[in-house]
Amino acid sequence: MTTSALMALGLTIAFGALVSGTPLLFATIGEILSERAGVMNLGIEGMMLVGAMGGFVVWSKTDNLLLGMAAGMLFGGLLALVHAYITITLRADQVVSGLAVTFLGTGISSILGAPYVGQRVPEPLTLYVPVLGRVAAEQVVLVAIGLLFAPLVWYYLNRTRPGLNLRSVGEYPSAADSLGLSVYRTRYLYVTLGGIFSGLGGASMSLVTDAGWVDGKTSGLGWIAVGLVIFAAWDPMRGLLGSYFFGLLRRLPLDLQNPALPLISTANNPTLGRLMDMLPYLATILILIVGSREAIRKRIGAPAALGIPYVRGERGV
Amino acid sequence: MPEALNAIEMRGIVKRFPGVLANDRVDFVCRPGEVHALLGENGAGKSTLMNVLAGLYRPEAGDILVGGQRVSFRSPQDAIAQGIGMVHQHFMLVPPHSVAENVVLGLHRPRFLLNLTQVEEQVAALGEQYGMKVNPRAKIWQLSVGEQQRVEVLKMLFRKAKVLIMDEPTSVLTPQEVDTLFSTLREMTGRGHTIVFISHKLDEVVSIADRVTVLRRGRVTAAALAAREVTKAGLAKLMVGREVLFQVDKKPSRPGEVVLETDRLCATNDRGLPALREVCVTVRAGEILGVAGVAGNGQRELAEVLTGLHPATSGSARLGTTRLGKRTRWQDLGQHLAHIPEDRAAVGSMPGLSVAENLILRTFREPPIGVGWGIDRAAVRKNAERLVAEYQISTPTVDLPVRMLSGGNLQKVILARETSGHPQLIIAVHPSRGLDVGATEAVHKLLIAQREAGVAILLISEDLDELLSLSDRLAVMYEGRIVGEMPAEGANIQTIGMMMAGTKVDG
Amino acid sequence: MSRPRTSYTVRIETRSDNPGWMGVLSSVLGVILALIVGGFLLKAAGAQDPIGTYREIFKEGFGTVADWQAGITALMTGGDCPKGMLCLGPLSDTLVKASPILLTGLACILAFRMKLWNIGADGQMFLGAWAATAVAVFILPKTTDRVVMLGAMALAGLLAGMGYGAIPGVLKARLNINEIITTLMLNYVAYKWMEFFVVVGPWSIGDFESTGRFPKPATWPRLTEFADRFPALSGLTAHPGILLGIGAAILLAWVLFRSRWGYEIRVIGDNPKAARYAGINLPRNVLLVMMFSGALAGLAGMNEVAALRELNGRFQKGFGFTGVIVAWLARLNPLAAILVAFLFGGLLVGTKMIMPQGIASMLQGVILFVVVGTELLFRYRLHLEKVEPERGPAAEVSHDD
Repeated sequence: MTTSALMALGLTIAFGALVSGTPLLFATIGEILSERAGVMNLGIEGMMLVGAMGGFVVWSKTDNLLLGMAAGMLFGGLLALVHAYITITLRADQVVSGLAVTFLGTGISSILGAPYVGQRVPEPLTLYVPVLGRVAAEQVVLVAIGLLFAPLVWYYLNRTRPGLNLRSVGEYPSAADSLGLSVYRTRYLYVTLGGIFSGLGGASMSLVTDAGWVDGKTSGLGWIAVGLVIFAAWDPMRGLLGSYFFGLLRRLPLDLQNPALPLISTANNPTLGRLMDMLPYLATILILIVGSREAIRKRIGAPAALGIPYVRGERGV
Repeated sequence: MPEALNAIEMRGIVKRFPGVLANDRVDFVCRPGEVHALLGENGAGKSTLMNVLAGLYRPEAGDILVGGQRVSFRSPQDAIAQGIGMVHQHFMLVPPHSVAENVVLGLHRPRFLLNLTQVEEQVAALGEQYGMKVNPRAKIWQLSVGEQQRVEVLKMLFRKAKVLIMDEPTSVLTPQEVDTLFSTLREMTGRGHTIVFISHKLDEVVSIADRVTVLRRGRVTAAALAAREVTKAGLAKLMVGREVLFQVDKKPSRPGEVVLETDRLCATNDRGLPALREVCVTVRAGEILGVAGVAGNGQRELAEVLTGLHPATSGSARLGTTRLGKRTRWQDLGQHLAHIPEDRAAVGSMPGLSVAENLILRTFREPPIGVGWGIDRAAVRKNAERLVAEYQISTPTVDLPVRMLSGGNLQKVILARETSGHPQLIIAVHPSRGLDVGATEAVHKLLIAQREAGVAILLISEDLDELLSLSDRLAVMYEGRIVGEMPAEGANIQTIGMMMAGTKVDG
Repeated sequence: MSRPRTSYTVRIETRSDNPGWMGVLSSVLGVILALIVGGFLLKAAGAQDPIGTYREIFKEGFGTVADWQAGITALMTGGDCPKGMLCLGPLSDTLVKASPILLTGLACILAFRMKLWNIGADGQMFLGAWAATAVAVFILPKTTDRVVMLGAMALAGLLAGMGYGAIPGVLKARLNINEIITTLMLNYVAYKWMEFFVVVGPWSIGDFESTGRFPKPATWPRLTEFADRFPALSGLTAHPGILLGIGAAILLAWVLFRSRWGYEIRVIGDNPKAARYAGINLPRNVLLVMMFSGALAGLAGMNEVAALRELNGRFQKGFGFTGVIVAWLARLNPLAAILVAFLFGGLLVGTKMIMPQGIASMLQGVILFVVVGTELLFRYRLHLEKVEPERGPAAEVSHDD
């Protein structure tokens, strides 16, 4: 293979990683917001799925991409709202409720999406980019949004008053309560936002990165997001890097199918292909192992009130 | 001619909780610029009353007047708007955030973008003004308890509070820090602030207050007494309604053999910093060694090292003839070592399991409870019924989940569990914390009974009264070292206080 | 001064009793509510008649009483059932489906009792199925005695599940790594592992994604094999696998409530700090529980594969997650799990023919939501009481303030 061809391949892979990682980015940052407020939502997979399905359905009915994305966000947010009600108002166990979200989301998206499986999608608008050739315009826009999203959320978290409020609620809700912040309202807001962004992530998948709907479209990406949040130490910028890394891992098996790469082409070597499929999941575990030692060293940890339902003390009427 | 307006007036306040009348038509009046102490024991209703004033609780009946105007608070924010702020016993500070971030939390300006530098400057200036130096960029977890308290005060001052309520502020301070606090309070009253000082410590009340109001069981027993005109004994009687025996009835000690001996025990705490520095203690059979010291000077680590929850980095300890080393399996010590931990609910018991199942925590491995691989349920039940009767634990059945017991009964369960195995050594950490007078008395009696039976007791407590009344000998810990040891009888509180603060004492 | 007046207040207080039947009630309520909500969702999805759908599901899953009567009569008289397989067929299918569900449910119960969130029962089950297949097809000769073969397969399934469960166990015990994520990730690894062997790789026969039919000794004896003596049994695939599950349930119940180890597990689950005080070894128990939980799930895998009589790319995913729900509905009680698993088996059988396929998952989600949500209702009690104006000496204050 010539150098320029290798370069082209490298850039294609890089761009592919960015594209592939962006849905994960949205979901991860959404969950970071939720967990920073103190509520764990394991149902990311379910919320992404309803977002993907809902977005696709609306898109195919209205031909409007933006509307589709908005619909995906709405669906994700609604599912998160159920979780919020169960865990915040009813103060039930967050782990189990999150699992229920996953079941529900998986089931609903399967049921309501069934008529749309395999439906043809319109050809995307393309741009011509040097070296990369023709790329889908929507993908470029999506990646750009993602690249802006993470630093914006970082800034929000660390340099604004709402961000300070959010962080305080997740660390020490009684202190926040005693100073006039509404713990319940804050948590409801960010859990729902988490769902909205997860839904956005799902819709990105069915509308932009890999347009189309099949049952179980997200194939476990939501679960990777759960692990990624911990690896990112609840920081959006690290979440950004992690998401792209995983985007890369997911793309590699596809990109390496090129038969022109005799040694490592997965077309010739299905074993390798399967092994590479395992990579993202194994990588998450590896990252957790690495992350756990780092946490011990740097004494960074989860928001102190994560997972603990907030019970306000007696207030009278 | 109208009286000078009172800063605060509370009239006929009634506050009820399920099953409890916390404030029974309480009147409370406070003049501007004074330090007014609110005195009473645990459960008298002082914190409740002040929580009403600070807007945390809404009273069932009664009026509140601030500067002569009737007000009604729906939240602490309303109270702060009227200039009333409260510094609680448990600080409401977010540990990973900075001082400035904590001070500014919950305010309405700035609305969106936070300019922390500006806030930091303001906080520093405020601190200077009142003689409370604190670094506005420091993270809360890096500060000492005294400094954290200052942050809480600054929080209130930043919000322009004129009336400051302090709930048991000295419970976590050394005697020297208490002096600093008192001079700060004087500084504040000099500037026109009014202080309400909730306490159960007579010494402090007499020393800092201008006037004293005493509560007992939800009612006022004495209103706005001038502090100069009262005696401690008189106050104590108003508090408790009976002659207070400051000493527990106990026979003189007849210590036997050395049961516990540590030799230059060293350990680090959770943060990796040294917590125990070459600690040498000795406890004999039939004696109570009280360990005094402000919380955080290594007492917790001492208890945890001795009970095997925390590794020692060097040094040794022995219990009787058994050497306690890093590898000793503490369950092998079985019944010889009993532990009454600091935090009943969080650490000392299993809330979801029944009373009977809690009681077998130490004994489930051996007969008669543990038989082979299994557990003899009938034996468990019999054991539970016996202990419930013996220790007078009030519970409808032995199958009740332990989280439904009251604090006092829970402590009895723990005591029963730990002492029923006839241990050689009991390590008791803050055994009467959070218990009312009756429960505390019961706990103390049980400990004395064990002492009489020849058990060695290591008593760690923040309550100097408890230590002085129960201990035979006292040791004082400061920064991980034993800085003083003496017989409890005739011990000089001043000396102990100075040791607790690290001042060297001759002789 | 405000005048005292009689008023009513509602207060919420923690229950001071703890009746066991409340738990059952909440589970039952959960299922009912789930069915109602599910009905609405079905309507939204275009199903015309949700109640009719439910009836279909029930019939498919359990059959009708009349059919049962006919079937049992046929059995006893040695005759033929007039409706053929429809008499006892549904019940038999349900039993078949229930056995792996029961085993994964037990796996989850064991782990959850110690607050270990083993969400990886699915993966552990896959590994168990894989190992059992290896023994059945590639290790033991085709002519091995049935009992020996099945025993070896069971052992293989157990050990494989145990080993796979040990991975997250070690990670949690040694490095305190969150087991939710590790078990989850390992599910996907297990799926790919299986895929590799059966779909792409060494075990697939020709172009089929399958190992081909197992030798007879490697399969469960089924009721239909006795059809010559009991014609009513012809076509019924029920097998003794369910007995494995029931046996495991009884064993687990004994372990949890009557053994020392079970006590330790429950203590750790309730309060790990208190457990440490008592000298209970936490890391060791974390590892052991994960291993045994994995073992139970691995056994479920063997159970399935011996029932399916082959291993192929369509090996059902999701039993591990259903196990979570079973565990929760059974309130972490192994004996209750038997009943719950049976009901779920019926649900899965009943919905197999119903389109769309996501119904089962959706129903499970709603059930779980409702059960988890209503749990709290039974911790507290609402009290409507009259508040009299105050008179006489103040009540004793025993409340810490």
